Parts: sequence; C-alpha cells; structure tokens
Amino acid sequence: MPEIKVTPLGAGQDVGRSCILVSIGGKNIMLDCGMHMGYNDDRRFPDFSYITQNGRLTDFLDCLIISHFHLDHCGALPYMSEMVGYDGPIYMTHPTKAICPILLEDFRKITVDKKGETNFFTSQMIKDCMKKVIPLNLHQTVQVDDELEIKAYYAGHVLGAAMVHIKVGSESVVYTGDYNMTPDRHLGAAWIDKCRPDILISESTYATTIRDSKRCRERDFLKKVHESIERGGKVLIPVFALGRAQELCILLETFWERMNLKAPIYFSTGLTEKANHYYKLFITWTNQKIRKTFVQRNMFEFKHIKAFDRSYADNPGPMVVFATPGMLHAGQSLQIFKKWAGNEKNMVIMPGYCVQGTIGHKILNGQRKLEMEGRATLDVKLQVEYMSFSAHADAKGIMQLIRMAEPRNMVLVHGEAVKMEFLKGKIEQEFSIDCYMPANGETVTVTTNPSVPVDISLNLLKREMALGGPLPDPKKPRTMHGTLIMKENSLKLVSSEQALKELGLNEHQLRFTCRVQLQDPHSDPDTLHRIYTHLKSVLKGYTIQHLPDGTVMVESIVIKVSSSAEDPNTKVLLLSWSYQDEDLGSFLSTLLKKGLPSGLC
Amino acid sequence: MKLYCLSGHPTLPCNVLKFKSTTIMLDCGLDTTSVLNFLPLPLVHSSRLSKLPGWVSKDGTVNLEKRELLDLSTIDVILISNYHCMMALPYITEHTGFTGTVYATEPTLQIGRLLMEELVNFMERVPKAQSATCWKNKEIQRMLPGPLKDAVDVWTWKRSYSMQEVNSALSKVQLVGYSQKVELFGAVQISPLSSGYSLGSSNWIIQSHHEKVSYVSGSSLLTTHPQPMDQSSLKNSDVLILTGLTQMPTANPDGMLGEFCSNLAMTIRAGGNVLVPCYSSGVIYDLLECLYQFIESASLGTTPFYFISPVANSSLEFSQIFAEWLCHNKQTKVYLPEPPFPHAELIQTNKLKHYPSIHGDFSSEFRQPCVVFTGHPSLRFGDVVHFMELWGKSSLNTIIFTEPDFSYLDALAPYQPLAMKCVYCPIDTRLNFHQVSKLLKEVQPLHVVCPEQYTQPPLTQAHRSDLMLELQPPPMPYRRCSVLNLPFRRRYERVYILPELANSLVPSEIKPGISVATVSAVLHSKDNKHTLQSVPKPPPVPPSKKRKRVIEEPPVVLAPKPLLSGAVPLEAFLATLQKHGITEVKVEETADGHILHLQAEDTLIQLEEDGTHIVCDNNEPLRTTLRDLVLRFLQKL
Repeated sequence: MPEIKVTPLGAGQDVGRSCILVSIGGKNIMLDCGMHMGYNDDRRFPDFSYITQNGRLTDFLDCLIISHFHLDHCGALPYMSEMVGYDGPIYMTHPTKAICPILLEDFRKITVDKKGETNFFTSQMIKDCMKKVIPLNLHQTVQVDDELEIKAYYAGHVLGAAMVHIKVGSESVVYTGDYNMTPDRHLGAAWIDKCRPDILISESTYATTIRDSKRCRERDFLKKVHESIERGGKVLIPVFALGRAQELCILLETFWERMNLKAPIYFSTGLTEKANHYYKLFITWTNQKIRKTFVQRNMFEFKHIKAFDRSYADNPGPMVVFATPGMLHAGQSLQIFKKWAGNEKNMVIMPGYCVQGTIGHKILNGQRKLEMEGRATLDVKLQVEYMSFSAHADAKGIMQLIRMAEPRNMVLVHGEAVKMEFLKGKIEQEFSIDCYMPANGETVTVTTNPSVPVDISLNLLKREMALGGPLPDPKKPRTMHGTLIMKENSLKLVSSEQALKELGLNEHQLRFTCRVQLQDPHSDPDTLHRIYTHLKSVLKGYTIQHLPDGTVMVESIVIKVSSSAEDPNTKVLLLSWSYQDEDLGSFLSTLLKKGLPSGLC
Repeated sequence: MKLYCLSGHPTLPCNVLKFKSTTIMLDCGLDTTSVLNFLPLPLVHSSRLSKLPGWVSKDGTVNLEKRELLDLSTIDVILISNYHCMMALPYITEHTGFTGTVYATEPTLQIGRLLMEELVNFMERVPKAQSATCWKNKEIQRMLPGPLKDAVDVWTWKRSYSMQEVNSALSKVQLVGYSQKVELFGAVQISPLSSGYSLGSSNWIIQSHHEKVSYVSGSSLLTTHPQPMDQSSLKNSDVLILTGLTQMPTANPDGMLGEFCSNLAMTIRAGGNVLVPCYSSGVIYDLLECLYQFIESASLGTTPFYFISPVANSSLEFSQIFAEWLCHNKQTKVYLPEPPFPHAELIQTNKLKHYPSIHGDFSSEFRQPCVVFTGHPSLRFGDVVHFMELWGKSSLNTIIFTEPDFSYLDALAPYQPLAMKCVYCPIDTRLNFHQVSKLLKEVQPLHVVCPEQYTQPPLTQAHRSDLMLELQPPPMPYRRCSVLNLPFRRRYERVYILPELANSLVPSEIKPGISVATVSAVLHSKDNKHTLQSVPKPPPVPPSKKRKRVIEEPPVVLAPKPLLSGAVPLEAFLATLQKHGITEVKVEETADGHILHLQAEDTLIQLEEDGTHIVCDNNEPLRTTLRDLVLRFLQKL
C-alpha cells in the first residue's frame, strides 16, 4: 500500500523553526526552513541530521518550498543550503523571493554584528542561497520533475504568503504555511479549491481562539492609542517590518486623517520606505479594494508616518513609534522599550504572537520585573496591551479551510500542544477524519489507496455507456468485460477481440459437440419444436430461435435433431457450442438428457 | 473535432473549437480597419472636414468578425490570448445569450479593460447628432463612391459598445496564471502558456488525456518586456492552430526602433514636433524605455514627452505592478525594489507627462517642440485627430507610425494634402516566418492549421517564397467562415480502476514484457469521469428447502468465458492425456492438423492450428476433464 509520511523537524507541537518533511510517492519534500526566536543555541535551527548524518541534503530532497518570508519559516534557509549543503530547487513566490533576503540579512546583522556570534551564515551565503530559488506564481502548476507537481494558493497572512498543493500521481498533500481566512486592511483571505488532498498540514497558532470581529479589535486598538496620546504618553508598537506593520500604518493613517491628530507617527529602521515600496510593486497580492484604487490613491503612500531617528525617543510629548522586531527580543524595539518602560503614561501594544523566551512573551504574561544582560533588572511600569492582529486563521478559520479543501487526513503543526489537542478533538468530531499532531522528529504515516489510471478503448467505453443507458440501475449493475494489457508503463483496457488483434494473436476456437439420445415419439420437426418450447419455458432471458433450416439456437448454441437409424422414436440431439458458452452448453446437455416433460405440445 | 473560423484576419483571430462535447472560442479580435472608410472624428470643429462635399460619416463603427455559422449561446468558454484579441468581447458575451466563462490572465484583463475604456471614451466624447444606417442597404451601397462601394458585409458593421457592456462582459472573466491547469467539465483541460508578445499574453493548450491541441496566437521570441515564450510545452501536439504572425515580415523591429529614434531626434533638433499615433499599452513601453536610454545621448533632455490618453496614467501604473509577468531582468529590478520600467523615472523627472486628453491641464502646460504619443493609430478618432489638424500643415513636424495594424497611406488619406513628414517604422514583434518554421521543427505538431494568408506569399511580393509557411505535411488553411474537420481520431479515454478491483486482477504474461488480465467490472460515469468498480457480489440466494432443483436453474451470465489464443501442441497434449490415464489414442493426420480418437472413451478430439473440437457424448465428467486439459495449453484474454 502506498504511504505518505509527514515528519516535522520544527513546528511540531511548537511555534517556531517551521520545517516539515513529507515523503509522498517516492519523493521527499521539505516544507519551510525556519528558525526559532526563543533560542540562541543549536535549537535555533531544525535538526537536519535527522535527514542525514553526514554529507549534503541534495541527494535526499527533491525540493524545498518556502511558504512566506517570516523568519520562523525561512530563517534557516542559508544555513541549510550553504552550510549543511543543498543544491536542489527552492520554491517561493515572487514577493517572498524579494523580501526574504532582506530579512535574512537583518537577522544575520543582529546575530553576528550585535551579538558577536561566529559560525553563522554570511551575506554571500544569503546571496548564493537566493540564486537557487525558483519563483512561483499563484495557481501555476509547476512540474518539479516528471511526477512531482506543486501549485501555490493565496494564503493572506503576509505579502506573498502561499499555501502549496503537492501532488504525485493521484496522491496529494496541502501545506498551509501561515494563513488568514478573513481579509484585512491590506490583504485578502486565503482560498483553496476543493482539491481533496490525502493530508492537509495546517498551522494552528490560534487553535482555541475564536476572535471577535476585526472591526472591534481595530476600534479597541485606535481607542488605546488615542487615549495614551491624549494624556501625553508615548506608544511603542513592536512589529516586523513587513506585514502587520503596513496594516496598522493604514489604520493609523486614516484615523489621524479623520481625527486631524498632530502627534507624530514614526516608523523605525530604513526598511520602511523600502517595505512600502514592495507593497506598491506587488500590489496584485493585496486585497481587492487596494488593487482597485491604486491608480488614484496608493494606500502605501503615507502622509503622516515619518522615518524614525534614534534621538527622537527622548523627545518630549506624545508620539507613536513602530519599531522592529516584533517580539522585543533584540534591536530597536527593545532599546526603545528599555527607555520607555519606566513611565506609566507610556504604553506598549503587542500586535502579534510572541514566542516563549522573548521579552514580549514575558511582559504579556504579566512579568513586571525583567532581568536584563549584566544582572540589571528593568521595572516595567508602562501599560502593556495585547492586540491580536497577527493574521493567523482562528479555530473557525481552520475549520473553514478544512471544509474548502476536504482532506482525508489532517496534520496540525505550528501551535501549542494543549491547544492542538483541543482542535484535534473538534476536527475529528466534526469531519470524522483522522487528525494527527506529531512532535518534532515524530513521523505520521498515512496509507493512501489510489485508483489506477487506465486507458480504455473508446469503442469499448462507448459501447458500454450506450448499453448502460442514461441512468445506472443500482439494483442491477451492468458488468463490462475487457482485457487489460500491461505493456511497459502503459495500461490499456480493450475488448477481448481488440486485445487479440493488438497483440497479434490468433483466436483459438474451442468447440464442444455432444450427442444426446432422447425418447420422443414424434417426427423430427415436432421434436425440435418441442425442444424449442421447453427451452423457452426454462431459459428466461435468453435468446432462443427456431431457425427455418431445422435448428434451434440458444444464444450461439446449435441444436439439431435426427432420428436414430434403428428406432425412429429414439432421437439423437446434436448440441454444439463454443467455449464462450461453456456454462450454458453444459447446462443444456444435462437438461436435455433428462428428456422432455410430457406436458409439452 | 471541428474548427469554426469566424475571422479571416490572421492577427485578429476568432475561432471556435468543438472538442469532446465542449465548445471553446479562441479569441475574439475586433477588426477595426473598417473605420478607415470613415472620416476622422475631430475634437474641435474642423471647417475643412465639415466642408468636404458629399458622403459625410455619421457612424462610429467597427467590423465585427462573426457570422451565423453557429449559435453563440452554445459557447462554453472563451480563451483570450492577449489584450488586442479581446476587443470584440462585449459583442459576443452581451445580447447573444452567452452564459459561459471567459479565461484570461490578469494583465490581459486589466489592460484589455483600459483599451476598451479608451475606445468607448474616444467614441462617446464626440457624440453625433444623427447616425446613418440606410447606406448599409445593398442598393444604396452600390451607388456609393470609392472603396465603400466594394466593402463587403457592411451590415455586420456595428456601433461601438458602451462602458456598461464592457463592464458586464469583463465580469465574466475568470483569471488564470501561466501553466495553471483548468478543468472544463471534467472533459478537457486548458492551460495558458507565456507567449512573450505582451504583458500577460498567452498561448493555450487544450488537452484531454490523449489528445492535445495547441493554440498559438501572437507570440514573440524577441527580448522585450514580457516573460519569454514557453515553447517546450507546445510539444507533442496533435493539432497546432497558428495565428498572429507578424504583419510586417520584412521589417526588423530593432532596425525600426533605431529609425524611430533617429527620425525623432532629427525633427526635434530642427525645431519640429513629433506625433506618434499608438495604442496605450504594448510597444509604447518599449518605445519609452528606448527613449529613456536615448534621451541623454541625443541631448533631448529638455524636450517634453507627452502621453495623451484617457487611460495613459492607468496604463503606465499598471505596467509597473505585474512583476510576475515580466522578463527576468525586470523581475530582478522589482526585487531591489525598483519599478520595472524606466518610465517611472521619466515621470519623476518630469520628462514624460501624461494627460487624459488635450483639454484641461495639457493645453496650459503644453510646450513645443515636443513628442506626443496618442491614439488612435487609425487617425480616425481620439486626440491624434487634433494633432493632425494642428501640425499637418508644417513640414517641420513629423508623424511616425509604429503600429502595424493600419495602412499608413489609408490612415493619412483624409488629411491630404499634408506638409508634415511621414515616417513609417512599423514595429511588430510577433513571430516571423523564419522563427515560426524553426519553432514548428522544434515542437513537431502532427498537423498545423493556419489562416490561408500564411500559405502563400503576400500579394505584393509574390516571388518571396520565404514569406509563407512551407511544411510537411502542408498546413490546413482556413478562411473566414470555413469549418474544418480536424484530423483527429480519438481512440482512448481515461478510466480509473478502484483499488479493490485493481487488487483482484490476476495478470499473466503473454509475451515477454506484456501481461494481460481479464477485467469484469461495473462502470460508473459521473461528470465525464469514469471509474471501474468490482462487481458487487449478488446477495446469497436464500436456501430453498422445498425443492432441490439447483441444476435446473439456468446459469446466470456474469462473466462470459475469455477468448482463447495459442495452439495445442500434439505431443505435449498426448503426454498430458497419458498422465490422466487416457492411453488408447489413435492419431490421424488431416489437412489442417490431427484427429485424436480416444478409443476407450469413444471420443474425438480434433486439433487444429486455430481451433480444437471436442466431440464427446454422454460423459460430462470426461468432457470437462478434456476441456481443462486443453485449456492448459491456451492463453486466456
């Protein structure tokens, strides 16, 4: 039985360093290659030694697919391809291909230049790795090789995020990456067609949450920012440069315009301008509304939002600052946080998920005293708000996607075990499909049962369909017969006659002739007629003919009558049939041996 | 499989393919050459034009390529290959009962929408007080002067459509990406391929599991802005429908581009203005890119470039957002991120300005000498008409024709006498005959179908046998209103054997490498998909205790016996008989084989090359034994 195997190397019952191995129809595919924000040691990257202990990965993988540019999905890419070694194809969408190297370079700078780590990938490695990338277009069917094909679907979440459908023969797997089932201010909702994959591998970040309407959350967010500004406080919003940041910028920009607010909004790092430029050039990846109006008014040209300079942090008066990175684990957002943490007028709004181990995670859990490097502690006095703006599907969204794709099995990754457990139960109950939640390094094996594609001769098919009538009769299914010819890799189903012809074989006729003696005091033609009447009554549903040349035909069986030379009352019946009518012939000879019933006229 | 050819224009095709119970329209180009029969529609009242005697035009019309060859409401889908080939879409989808889907790529849809919008705008902003239709009557048309008298099928000329009809038509478009596979009714699969001609332009593959039709329309192998042409996917076609070759087989696009630049520079230096009548999308992007590089070296840095069209801004903006559909070089720019086309920089530095029309801002900001890009290339409507009136009288000015769709002499006719210089640099990047024969050699289609124009050299250059298609076997030519029977014999169809049945099959090797298995199954057909299932077991007959007449129940025909093949070898058969205790066998040789007389059993077996005949009376057990022994030597199918 064919099997599909799914093994997470990362993101198994965890969020971070997404990396999932899939074996399907003899092909090995790696889905995502991310890093973990919560670790600074070996656990940062997926454990590639699971694939091979020594040597390069090229021989073991047919392709690598990156779902989107977030570092927990692509952060280990240069490490994997250049340091461990992989030269095969890497697939990602155009926006991901454009943005991913910038974030990788950023990540490298923070790790190597700021923290002084060695043995890390270099800028050149990022460049070399990106050279191996083949861009994917939405809905394009890409033939990785003769058997393996992949197709990308829109996933929402961030610019260029994609879900992938992986297909080998009639087996298939869908991997969602991170996705969002509700359109937001700048992106559309994820969509997939009813592709009925054998396995759907879905993220489950918000497995237990059913979030209130987006509008409410936006109103809350604006209210909190506004209140803080009113009382002269500073608002810090840690974000990743691309993604949520643009959505919140659009939100604040329109709010500032409407309320005619004067407090400055800053966006940290030089990436802003650039990031917004990406959104302008990849506007076809945003939502319908932005795409429709972009000629008149480009939503990514902000009037109120200006670039941030480090010195501004000490300026008096209210301000709003977007700073990277989003989990307060390093960089500018952390610096500003340290500066502002002591003042209770200030506020930090965490608009996304924070991985365990990061400061973001700690303050969200209510920690008010933080241990910093060098044994210093930091008292957190400012207000901490959590606003779930990260564009992940919630429980409702995940169920909705299952309904869309109709998978036969479900695998949950990219979430916390407890939450997954809950969702797993719900899925199994509602869809009656198996749901798995493997831990890292644990393999899920699903046996598939694919149908065998065969070429049927059109003659045979048409004959069959014509005989079958327009509607099938469930009580009396029609059986069709044919010969399956297996030659090299082709499977052809043809009628037996055609099979003989095609294989250049002669038909061999096997015939049987059988004489049956019968006592019947009638003339020969009368006997024949009596046999005809008798058979008519016994054999319902068969073609029985009384031919003028003095024979009776039952289907293709010939029956002749002659009188015995010695006794005119002893009749000799001659039955002759071919092997194709063997059952009937055998039946008839036995039947006629018993004589004719007397009641016949 | 049939092909209905509704257009005779080789670059604006409209064909309908009937394939496996689907009806697929391939493109619906709008042949607008008929507007050359009309006078220009001026934006500003022209005393010269209105004083012309006689037959004054009142219709804004276009020639619609369709005939009552088939009922348009039966069309299931329309496949669009590029934005020039969709301009007749509203005529097809509106008011004909069309209920199907239109497939196109996103750039094709967006730019096609712009071009239609522009056309409608050109027509609607010069409303006509009255319109004449009586002249279309054959009797009156006969008395008309000039070429109008000889125009054919004038009754098919229609008024331009409205914006409402455009919107309604375009709402029926379903977007597709290159190499996307779309199933139509489970019967056929369609897939667009990059054709390299314009943004989002595509060729189409229409295939089932066993048949493949390629539709090639407007393709280019030159390196311009669009993604390169996908040639390899056209391989193994049974039929290749070839349309949209270059209309200027003797003009080299690169040479024309050079000539364009030098003429432009010459005129400007002499203090004249340059008028470029062109479409609002397509080659204009390449012209602007070429000028971007040329401006500095030719010291044209201060010359203003104007692009005037109701959709000028949109066209320039849209060109920048289709990174996926661009050539590799331009894609790389987007990754930086920089706009893929340099006209963004021309706009930023104020070298290129765009205006919706000559009215408004343009009239106040307009400086001479300048270069104006504007439509429509036929010179019959659009802002270009105004510039012809304005600049036509001065020999300092130059008009440079770059679009190959209209004869420039015919286009200029109503403006004669003209002092302005005329330069004809048609730029047509579509495949030429040399490229196409190389391509066909590469992809090896079994049959080629093409417009009849491609099977003979052009009338004006009858000796140029290199300007036609020469193929073996010769291509099947079509003309307007032809119906071609495509040489196709469908022999196989895909059917799926369910796993349970597949597992129950018993294959036997009949020749080295070839195995056969007999299949008895129930066929299920749904949505044009066929599956074979195991025959359900009949419900067990309740054992009847009353009468035991099992034998008298006639056999139910479930599985007929397989056909047999092979021959029964005499020696081996005799040996087998012996093993089964039949020893007294008399063998008699006949013309065709042997007769075996089993003396003890009084049974005859006639063995021949292609048949065996067992004559056995009153001994059913013996007969079945003999039957099985014979079967041992035969193959079953």
